[in-house]
Amino acid sequence: MSDAETPPETEFDPVAPNTGEEFEPVDVFPDSDDFDLRPGADSCYKCSTCDTNCPVAEVDDDFPGPKFQGPEQWRLKQSDDDHDIDDSVMDCSNCMRCDNACPSGVPLSQMHNTARGEYVSEQMDKLSVEYIRNRILANYRTSAFFASKVPRLANFAMNFGPARWVMEKTLGVTSERDFPEFARQTFREWWADRGGQVQSRENARAARKRRGLAEDADKKVAYFHGCYSNYNTPEVGKAMVRVYEEFGYEVVAPEQKCSGTPMFANGMLEDARRHAETNVSSMSELVDEGYHAIASCTSCSMALRQEYPELFDIDGIDKVAENTFEAVEYLRIHEDLKGEVQAADVDGELAEEFAYHAPCHSRNQGLDRQAVELFRDLDGAEIEDVGDSCSGISGTYGWKEEKYEKSMEIGEEMFEHMEHAEGETGMTECPTCAMQMEHGSGYEIRHPLELLEAALVE
Amino acid sequence: MAIESEVLVIGGGLGGLTSALAAAHEGADVRLVSYKQSTLRQASGLVDVLGYTPDGDGPLTNPYEAIPSLPESHPYRKVGVKTVRDALSLFDDAVPTYEGEHTETNALLPTHGGSIKPTARYPAGASAGLASDTRDTLLVGIEEMVDFDAPHVAAHLDATGVPFDVRGETIRFPGDLRADAKVTRYAKLLDTNSEVAVRGRMVPAREALAQRVNPLLEDEERVGFPAILGDDNPGAIRDAVGDHLGVDVFEVPMGPPSLPGLRLEDALFSALDEAGASIETGNPVVDFEGEDRIEKVFIEKNGAKIPNSADQYVLATGGFVGKGVESDRDGVYEPIFDCHVPHAEDRYDWFEGELFGDHEFARYGVATDDDLRPLDASEHSEFENLRAAGSVLGGYDFAAEKSGSGVSIATGYAAGQRAAQEAR
Ligand SMILES: Cc1cc2nc3c(=O)[nH]c(=O)nc-3n(C[C@H](O)[C@H](O)[C@H](O)COP(=O)(O)OP(=O)(O)OC[C@H]3O[C@@H](n4cnc5c(N)ncnc54)[C@H](O)[C@@H]3O)c2cc1C
Ligand code: SF4
Ligand code: SF4
Repeated sequence: MSDAETPPETEFDPVAPNTGEEFEPVDVFPDSDDFDLRPGADSCYKCSTCDTNCPVAEVDDDFPGPKFQGPEQWRLKQSDDDHDIDDSVMDCSNCMRCDNACPSGVPLSQMHNTARGEYVSEQMDKLSVEYIRNRILANYRTSAFFASKVPRLANFAMNFGPARWVMEKTLGVTSERDFPEFARQTFREWWADRGGQVQSRENARAARKRRGLAEDADKKVAYFHGCYSNYNTPEVGKAMVRVYEEFGYEVVAPEQKCSGTPMFANGMLEDARRHAETNVSSMSELVDEGYHAIASCTSCSMALRQEYPELFDIDGIDKVAENTFEAVEYLRIHEDLKGEVQAADVDGELAEEFAYHAPCHSRNQGLDRQAVELFRDLDGAEIEDVGDSCSGISGTYGWKEEKYEKSMEIGEEMFEHMEHAEGETGMTECPTCAMQMEHGSGYEIRHPLELLEAALVE
Repeated sequence: MAIESEVLVIGGGLGGLTSALAAAHEGADVRLVSYKQSTLRQASGLVDVLGYTPDGDGPLTNPYEAIPSLPESHPYRKVGVKTVRDALSLFDDAVPTYEGEHTETNALLPTHGGSIKPTARYPAGASAGLASDTRDTLLVGIEEMVDFDAPHVAAHLDATGVPFDVRGETIRFPGDLRADAKVTRYAKLLDTNSEVAVRGRMVPAREALAQRVNPLLEDEERVGFPAILGDDNPGAIRDAVGDHLGVDVFEVPMGPPSLPGLRLEDALFSALDEAGASIETGNPVVDFEGEDRIEKVFIEKNGAKIPNSADQYVLATGGFVGKGVESDRDGVYEPIFDCHVPHAEDRYDWFEGELFGDHEFARYGVATDDDLRPLDASEHSEFENLRAAGSVLGGYDFAAEKSGSGVSIATGYAAGQRAAQEAR
């Protein structure tokens, strides 16, 4: 066969070419126990492009890759009703890179999420250590909620050697990693102390006046801060608020739960759905009032935009998806952010050379180049992309004892690039990538919003 | 507000990347947006300019000489021979790891099917494998990789009358990988040179590979592997394995998924980054605004439509495989701007009975004027600020002529350069 042989063009009729047309939303959980393994599978023409993108298949001999997890597994299931989901689906880290690859629009990560959901619900032993461990990891918000009540004690206890040894031995949580520190004051505590929405309205008005905009201009966003910037890195949330106010936006911080990202990755769709219901209901009400939902964590925006409508059927879910944006992206669309950054400069603490890593979930939203392209024009700071490899942690994946080594092997390329980069401060949008970057390089990691704040807000 | 640039290129394949690069070199503020990954990951990574005439004559020795006698509708005729040459020099500058620029004549390369293919540019990794080279050759297949049956490929090559002796052997890849391991798994292992177990002993992967081949080597002076030798450091891997064996090592380009295609894609994206262009991948352009001129296009992100505006636009969305041209029961169409795609009314005239016959549909794509502006059914340009490049164009059959990458590079270059000149 010649290598330029005509591909089977005529038989190839994809379901979602150039999209615009939508998939019928399928509700995979929990009303039906019939996890629908999507019709999208039929558009797979086995080119294996998805397989060339999978960071897990690259290092893990036992992982058969996205093409198998998605379309092939469905074919098997279709021909044989008793065919169980292969347990290798639990090794998929839900980085969603394969999604971005498929030339014929096969919704791979949705298939994997669905398969994991079915596997966990129907095949996994609910009393197994693995299940319990995964459930604890996936419900990070709950642990964080308690820990944040006693941050100092929690910071100590979580990283207390003997305790970590026990956690590894009994729960399979690696003792190699340091638990993230809990902030003394959560973002929401800060937000409330500062005067919440009322104060934000005042600040926004003052900024609009400064900028010569109509004082009653309708500029308002609802901030989805997620768990991490609430409990661990409130400085990111504060930067988001201050930057938006500077552009004249009034910010609200509605009631919210975990985005569900760690739950999708662990097949805990029931948990994820509960959280999604709260999030969708508070965000959709605000969307009706003209707000856009803004997230500073790229996995959170990914969940609201893509995973929710792919997996659940909740009132208002599509509306929320259409109106959710990543924080910097939104300003790029609606403001002359490029111009403002070009005119600005930074000094002091953030006048740095940054080694930037694009999280997989930002890649999937087409945002992987955003920070580099924006900040290369900023006086006083430098930014260098440390390459397109996955950081390897993928949320809870790298916390599992049996996955730790693989997670570090995937991240190796990024660590190397970081080491060769000029700067010794890292930058990324994803809190778990930040954890991995810090763990592998010892660098301090910042969020692009913090640099924007330093450049644009006095 | 919208996201703005001077030149907006739609599509991130060979056509789009070259357009964006050419426009950036002209000094324009360029933005490239692409939906999914390009067909490069499925292609061999070889850059064919023209291997055969549309009538099937060939293999051609000098592709440039044959261009003036191509049909007028052919994209090469629209841009002219000089542009094809200039475009390839842009490619040579951007991708220094490719060879072939020293000559106008086609190189002859062995393929993984055991045929010999005329091509204009090839990765450095393939160069020790040239069929015009008379050194005796050992081809090494990997047991688990059924796409490359080395003894079979060697027999085929021998039958084509190559001027050297060629033999094929099959080995187990060291390290006991799963039977259907991904090409990226082999590549990663060799890139990192991680240790693998060989007969109970831990050995670095490159050395282990050489150890497997060593006893099979007779007096051949070069050894060819399927193209799996690394993603980031292919040169170092070839050198290391070659040093252990005391021969030259080369890769035979493979079918999908193709590491050489992937490496080429990476090289072009880095060149584009260096040229200062903006890049966004992952979301499709679905719609536009404008009558005679395109004012803005809309990128769809999960239901939200994000406006992007530019002075000039390049359409490089690929052919049937890349999704730049689509068909349904009613006909063939270009999905974003609904540019006219000339095609036979009757579906049964689109193809021939034979699988590898002279199918009409293989040549379907938009028709353009000499400035690469798509033409409507009455041969007027569809939009004054839109050009098309790459396999979205009609009038040629890349698979039959072996001209796929060449046409994408040449028309991409022309479209990008002209768009930039007009935007400035
Ligand atoms: C299996 C195979 C083997 C081949 N072998 C060879 C070979 O040996 N030698 C050779 O010279 N050539 C070969 N070719 C041909 C060559 O690879 C192609 O002709 C060339 O790469 C096409 O490039 P392109 O940029 O025009 O299109 P593509 O590579 O198809 O790229 C189109 C891009 O546009 C994007 N896109 C599509 N729709 C939209 C949208 N609405 N919005 C935004 N982006 C969009 C796609 O996602 C894609 O990234 C081969 C091709 C195939 C398929
Ligand atoms: S989501 Fe990531 S880890 Fe899972 S199959 Fe896809 S590419 Fe691999
Ligand atoms: S990239 Fe898409 S079409 Fe290709 S093998 Fe994967 S799922 Fe199938």
